[in-house]
Amino acid sequence: MKGVVTSISGATVSVDIRGLQLYDRVYIGHARLSGEVVHLEKERTTVQVFEDTHGLSVGEPAEGTRAPLTVALGPGLLGGIFDGLQRPLLELQKQSGAFIKNSVELPSLDLQREWQFTPAKQTGEAVVSGELIGFVTEGHLQHPLFASQSGEIESISQGAIRLDGALATLTDGTQLCGWQNCSVRRPRVCGRRQPATTPLLTGQRAIDFLFPMIKGGVAIIPGGFGTGKTVLEQSIAKFADTDVVVYVGCGERGNEMAGLLREFGELRDAGGRPLLERTIIIANTSNMPVAARESSIYTAVTMAEYYRDMGYDVLFLADSLSRWAEALREISSSLEEIPGEEGYPTYLSSRIAAFIERAGVVETPTGKPGSLSMVLAVSPPGSDFSEPVTQACLRAAGAFYMLDTTLAHSRHFPAIDWSQSYSLFAKQCSAFFREEIHPNWQDLQRRCRDILQQEEALREVVEVVGMEGLQDRDRLLIFAAERVRRDFLCQNSFSADAFSTPEQTAQRISSILENHAQAVKRLEQGELLSDILKGSC
Amino acid sequence: MRLAEHCYRSLNAIRGPLVFVEHVFAARIGETVTLVAPDGQRLEGEVLKIDTEQVLIQVFGETSGLDLERTSVTFHDAVKRAPLSRHCLGRVFNGSFLPIDGAPMYIPERWEAVSGAPINPVAREFPREIIETGISAIDGLNSLIKGQKLPIFSCAGLPAQELVARILSQARLPGTGEFVVVFVALGLSYHEYSFFQQTLEQMPSRFVAFFNLAGEPVVERLLAPRLGLTVAEDLAFNHQMDVLVIVSDMTNYCDALREISTSREELPGRRGYPGYMYSDLASLYERAGRLRDRPGSVTLLPILTMPEDDITHPIPDLTGYITEGQIVLSRELQQKEIFPPIDVLPCLSRLMQHGIGAGQTRADHRQIANLLYQSYAKGRELRKLEAVVGKEGLLEEDRVILTMADDFERSFVHQGAERRDIMQTLDLGLALLQKYNLVPP
Repeated sequence: MKGVVTSISGATVSVDIRGLQLYDRVYIGHARLSGEVVHLEKERTTVQVFEDTHGLSVGEPAEGTRAPLTVALGPGLLGGIFDGLQRPLLELQKQSGAFIKNSVELPSLDLQREWQFTPAKQTGEAVVSGELIGFVTEGHLQHPLFASQSGEIESISQGAIRLDGALATLTDGTQLCGWQNCSVRRPRVCGRRQPATTPLLTGQRAIDFLFPMIKGGVAIIPGGFGTGKTVLEQSIAKFADTDVVVYVGCGERGNEMAGLLREFGELRDAGGRPLLERTIIIANTSNMPVAARESSIYTAVTMAEYYRDMGYDVLFLADSLSRWAEALREISSSLEEIPGEEGYPTYLSSRIAAFIERAGVVETPTGKPGSLSMVLAVSPPGSDFSEPVTQACLRAAGAFYMLDTTLAHSRHFPAIDWSQSYSLFAKQCSAFFREEIHPNWQDLQRRCRDILQQEEALREVVEVVGMEGLQDRDRLLIFAAERVRRDFLCQNSFSADAFSTPEQTAQRISSILENHAQAVKRLEQGELLSDILKGSC
Repeated sequence: MRLAEHCYRSLNAIRGPLVFVEHVFAARIGETVTLVAPDGQRLEGEVLKIDTEQVLIQVFGETSGLDLERTSVTFHDAVKRAPLSRHCLGRVFNGSFLPIDGAPMYIPERWEAVSGAPINPVAREFPREIIETGISAIDGLNSLIKGQKLPIFSCAGLPAQELVARILSQARLPGTGEFVVVFVALGLSYHEYSFFQQTLEQMPSRFVAFFNLAGEPVVERLLAPRLGLTVAEDLAFNHQMDVLVIVSDMTNYCDALREISTSREELPGRRGYPGYMYSDLASLYERAGRLRDRPGSVTLLPILTMPEDDITHPIPDLTGYITEGQIVLSRELQQKEIFPPIDVLPCLSRLMQHGIGAGQTRADHRQIANLLYQSYAKGRELRKLEAVVGKEGLLEEDRVILTMADDFERSFVHQGAERRDIMQTLDLGLALLQKYNLVPP
């Protein structure tokens, strides 16, 4: 389907092609810039272009494809670094150098790479669409491959295979491939949903102990600039106990992505493999085109769903969702839609809710349940949490880790505000922690919270009467609270303490609480405060 | 493809810096145009938007002499490009890249589009070498790293320009001596202009300057930083230089953006600034960086004035979300006659920890910085408490911290006209900590 460009405004281009559908992919101009249909009218079709339109002219050709934006799914995604349209960035660098140029089309998967295939079916057996036909080994994972068609197998490969060839041929002549294209805007069809029950261990004491995250749940991390959102996201990406991590740098800093790539290449997981091998990175820095930023989180979540459907635990991290929302706003305003709150389109909250719904635990054809969890950073302008993106996320997410500017300024990291944050997953997780980690887990939690709350009240008193004016018992409590904050909640992401197992977490907090209890006892027995403090310093 | 230039006299409307032209054949987005006013004045412009009926042009220059009937518009079939050459060193230009230092324009080696292209994240080298600014509060506690973008947040009436001039003339890489500074001044008053001119005259010719004065066209404020960055990228990645780009004042840039956006009748966002300001600022700031396996670097130091001293105002807020930290000036320190009045508490350099320590600055750099910061932060906390309960209500050790905080401001942050190299800064910090017994055994 061909036509010409009729008007251009930034990245919004009108073409005169008819018969297209919403979200069909369109190629624009001599340079074949890719874009997607966002508005349809009788006389004109509006296309949002994913690339820089500088130099584009009215009258240049346009071509519609009748297919939506898709991603390629198959073995070889793990360890990959892609842009918002799933172009492999390393390959792109080889082709066009250090600076990204327009309209380079590259296959997202290396179709020539060889894999060792172990068939699960034999010649003559019948397969149903969606049924397992065999495995390849990808990094540390068994990567199952499923049939895309039903029929009887005429021949099936064994040993070395390539993705550009067929894995199996059916008696009707259909060839079954090892990879597929999948539309990104619609959630992948999946098995029945299940309730989430297993905690997702992040290695961050403040999260695991006070506000646990669950496999299949969604957490948001809002915080102003400099509160450590990115460092916290990256720490979670490093240490979370999931099989696959998908990390989207959505409209963030290029240097940060460079640091992440370097670090993930060097760091090893518990099994001694580079972290990069279990990670897929989508890098869409803030100076890349806006429409590609909007699509990047969909590209990423579709890849995450692909691994979830194999029965793996997948963690999806986005930094930051606000940049995605802003891209949505920019596109909406260039389409001259009526704005809602703060200029965001009125469909902002429903889009966010629909996106967050893609997380969860599902049944998979392999028999194991797969989970997709999300940890989403939010950057509220001016640290004002009443803004639309934070509010829309709050309504849909189950855990809320609020990062506080004052804590960050006093170099308390992670700057998770313990009085404002919450987790709705605490109940589902409690059985695990009680049975597997520490029998008194909940009791420790309660005592820890208690100390922090009492301290807050006492601090107000101190502001009036000074430390000298406090009773000895209260000064002991402030001392204990300081230890909880400094030695327990604070965790330096750049030291050996960056990761704490739940056992270590429980041990550390119980020793602090025990010390405090001892000190209170000694005070009651008449010892001097200064002597007690001297001993425990 | 068109091969010839096209000339039109079909102007439809003029609205502030924007001109609408009808019946244009195959105009391109971003194409440069020349407008000739009835009195012969020539102006440059750029195509912003193309409709079926008309083309929207943004004019770099004063549109007051234009009319609808006699003004002609020539389309050049090329996007806006900057003339590049090593010979730009030591030269001073206006916001449209015309020399204003009296010497003739050089012959360019090449032309490059001013909008630039994003650096592929996998091609980036992670920044990890320090740039010595000679200012203790920056070098010691919030080090500037080669390839970083670190803004200075100032308030109206604070000596930001003096600080800029100091960095301009004193910054260098430790050991290897000087490097190149690209200075872009936006919306400067004549008073400030002559101040900077004096600074530049005393410098060796390792600089390129672009000046847009307060009375000069607003649209040039959008162009000048892009010219500066294009020159910087050329010097860095084609001529292997380490380039520090200083842009002052970004608040004028954002106001220009708002002005243009309003005349385009776009929907305003927060405080009237356009919704795409984040992306627009990112298209400037993100051009800082280093490339893997290639020498040269672009480091960016934008200066902005926070309206009403409000750090949550959209300009500092969006800047802070893109840049790798910030240096914040404080009115309170200015009143105490401390120069530079840098309030280290809200300051941050995100890349600092990778650029300091053994082999880079000194093994104890991180420890000194952390101890100074913690003690000073505690001291500031205690000052508030002291105001309520008085000195008597404080513990003995707290009184020490309180004195230390004052001393820190007076002897470490304050340095007047002195230039301190990184070792002097660290020695000073260590001495201060030792004086108050704050170094753990």
